[in-house]
Amino acid sequence: MLKLLWLIPVLPLTGFLVLALCGRRLSRHQIAWVGCGSVGAAAMTTAFVAADFLGVFPDRESYHQTLWNWIDTSGMTVGVSWYLDALSLLMVVVITGVGFLIHLYSTEYMAHDDGYARFFAYMNLFVAAMLTLVLADNLLLLYLGWEGVGLCSYLLIGFWYREPEYGTAAQKAFIVTRIGDTALAIGLFILFTQFTSLSIQQVQSLAVEAWPVGSNLAMIVAVLFLIGAVGKSAQLPLQVWLPDAMAGPTPVSALIHAATMVTAGVYLIARMHHLFALAPMVQEVIAVLGLVTLLLAATSALVQHDIKRVLAYSTMSQIGYMFLALGVGAWSAALFHFLTHSCFKALLFLAAGSVIHSLHHEQDIFKMGGLRRHLPWTFWTFLIGAAAMSGVPLITSGFYSKDWILWSVWSSPISHRWIWFGAVFGALLTGLYSFRLIFQVFFGEVRTQPTGEPGLAMRGPLVVLAFLALTVGFLEMPHTLGNVTVFSHYLSHALPTTELLPGMDESSEAREQLAVTVAALLGIGLAALLFLPGSRPASRLADQSTDRPSMTFLQGGWGFDRLYDRLFVRPWFSLTRNPSDMLDRGYEWLAVCAESCHGWMSHTQTGQVRWYAATVAVGTLVLLGLFAM
Amino acid sequence: MLSTPALVLAIVLFGLGLIGLLSRRNILYMLLSLEIMLNAAALAFIAGGARWGQVDGEIMFLFILTLAAAEVSVALGIVLQLSHRFRTVDADALCELRG
Repeated sequence: MLKLLWLIPVLPLTGFLVLALCGRRLSRHQIAWVGCGSVGAAAMTTAFVAADFLGVFPDRESYHQTLWNWIDTSGMTVGVSWYLDALSLLMVVVITGVGFLIHLYSTEYMAHDDGYARFFAYMNLFVAAMLTLVLADNLLLLYLGWEGVGLCSYLLIGFWYREPEYGTAAQKAFIVTRIGDTALAIGLFILFTQFTSLSIQQVQSLAVEAWPVGSNLAMIVAVLFLIGAVGKSAQLPLQVWLPDAMAGPTPVSALIHAATMVTAGVYLIARMHHLFALAPMVQEVIAVLGLVTLLLAATSALVQHDIKRVLAYSTMSQIGYMFLALGVGAWSAALFHFLTHSCFKALLFLAAGSVIHSLHHEQDIFKMGGLRRHLPWTFWTFLIGAAAMSGVPLITSGFYSKDWILWSVWSSPISHRWIWFGAVFGALLTGLYSFRLIFQVFFGEVRTQPTGEPGLAMRGPLVVLAFLALTVGFLEMPHTLGNVTVFSHYLSHALPTTELLPGMDESSEAREQLAVTVAALLGIGLAALLFLPGSRPASRLADQSTDRPSMTFLQGGWGFDRLYDRLFVRPWFSLTRNPSDMLDRGYEWLAVCAESCHGWMSHTQTGQVRWYAATVAVGTLVLLGLFAM
Repeated sequence: MLSTPALVLAIVLFGLGLIGLLSRRNILYMLLSLEIMLNAAALAFIAGGARWGQVDGEIMFLFILTLAAAEVSVALGIVLQLSHRFRTVDADALCELRG
């Protein structure tokens, strides 16, 4: 069954081709079957492959499958070949599983959209590209998938292309991530010139042999890869595109901008962990970047008005946690948070989509309220998602993954205490902004009348994801609570285990966990105090206009948009609009020259055949004369 | 030398053909002049072949004969089309390609 691996990316690609080539001729029903079915079939294949990979060869570390040679020149051979190990299998399971649920949801959510076939074509292409990214055996194929998901992200953010702002948002996402992609490409070039190979495993084993820890080249390559990861995963300083990316349809935000594509950076760093281990300084930078991003995003999420922007900032914040974990060497913890996050964040986006759907595309949370009774399914699933995100202890998956990360930050030898305090403060803010949403949207009086609960195709994925958001966490439980290590054991072949400081025992772990739990619950309690309708601060906050400078600063994501506008966009535009451009002079002169020569030469074109014959005769005579001399 | 008068004749014929080509405005006469020029060239080949006792000159003559036949058939077709479309065979009137 492992041989079926190649089918997994091919199935969604086939779906894309069918929908792109003859999507117009298919009925909506058929489109839904093709779009959803291709990803569903990929998920089924994944299940078979996973069962084979885990069951028949329990100790097998990786499976390698080469389909054909993509590029074969002297000195460079790049194959279309897949590499399956515990890490990529985890990603594939999430991409196809969560992806299928989101496709199913979309069949109803997008039911009345004109671009039904186009939507599913793009979504299928996205799934195929994302699978290529995570299954790629060499860096070039990975880069192909990397660019593919970037393209699909662009196409889907600008899906409703008739709105000019949406197109601008799509371009912004494309251009900002392009900065990271360029850095990644340069990193690939350096690796290739050093090792004349692009195979991920080979390059890393060669790098470990050739480069000592902390050597310059290792640092440079690690930094370039980090810039690539930062761009894709919307971390500081390339985070500005993600909030605007919410212009796309909500299922797109759930699939691309929450569950899968934005975590590609996390995957890249985890995949290249041997390389990053050679550059300890860069790892520290990753941790600090993650911390700053998670605080920035959490404080910004606190003051947003648009329900999807709140979730976008929360995604940035949660990926910040993953980067933090990668930075302190807790590879498995980062991937565990990726797994739980993809469940609860997809759930939150889909539930938010259900709210938006029933309120006729109203996204302002201050125009929502009291939906608890009208949309009970949505309410309960949203509540579970928010609880998982804030890390409500014991019953939600988010608790276990976040706790693991924070415990690693506390106990890792390459971390600092202040990082831990910052991350715990972030956990408090997470509780605060998640439950601000709950209280604002589902409690209080009804401000916009909803049309009613969505149908089965939307409710089903919500329930499944809510179930997963509660239970996935039980795959890995800390020493103090049951000590389940299914997940870390599973990843132990692919990723190194986390180092702990000496003297870290269960009692210190229990104390650390207590602090994290208190922080999360404090955040939720604070949210109840501040935002539960009827409480005095809530009415005061609702009255308060947003023109206070501190509020606008936070709403704009700490003013990064304005900073980049001043720093890059405006100088560039003023440069291009400058009429007396010195460089243009030379080119203008060339143009004038060519034009006058053309005018002069065109006089000889009389259109009279006898004149042409005469010039030919004279020309021949002149040539003969020249030869005779 | 037998070849010298033949070459002079060829030059005279070629000059006459060229003058005819440049001075005539009727396309049919221009074609006739062109044929004369071709035959002048062929005559020069024959003279050359006789001078050096080689068959190459005669072979070239055969080639030129074939070429002339092919050229005439194409050219006459064009002339027919021209007279059909523009109702004229005046080469100077057909100057639509003026730059």
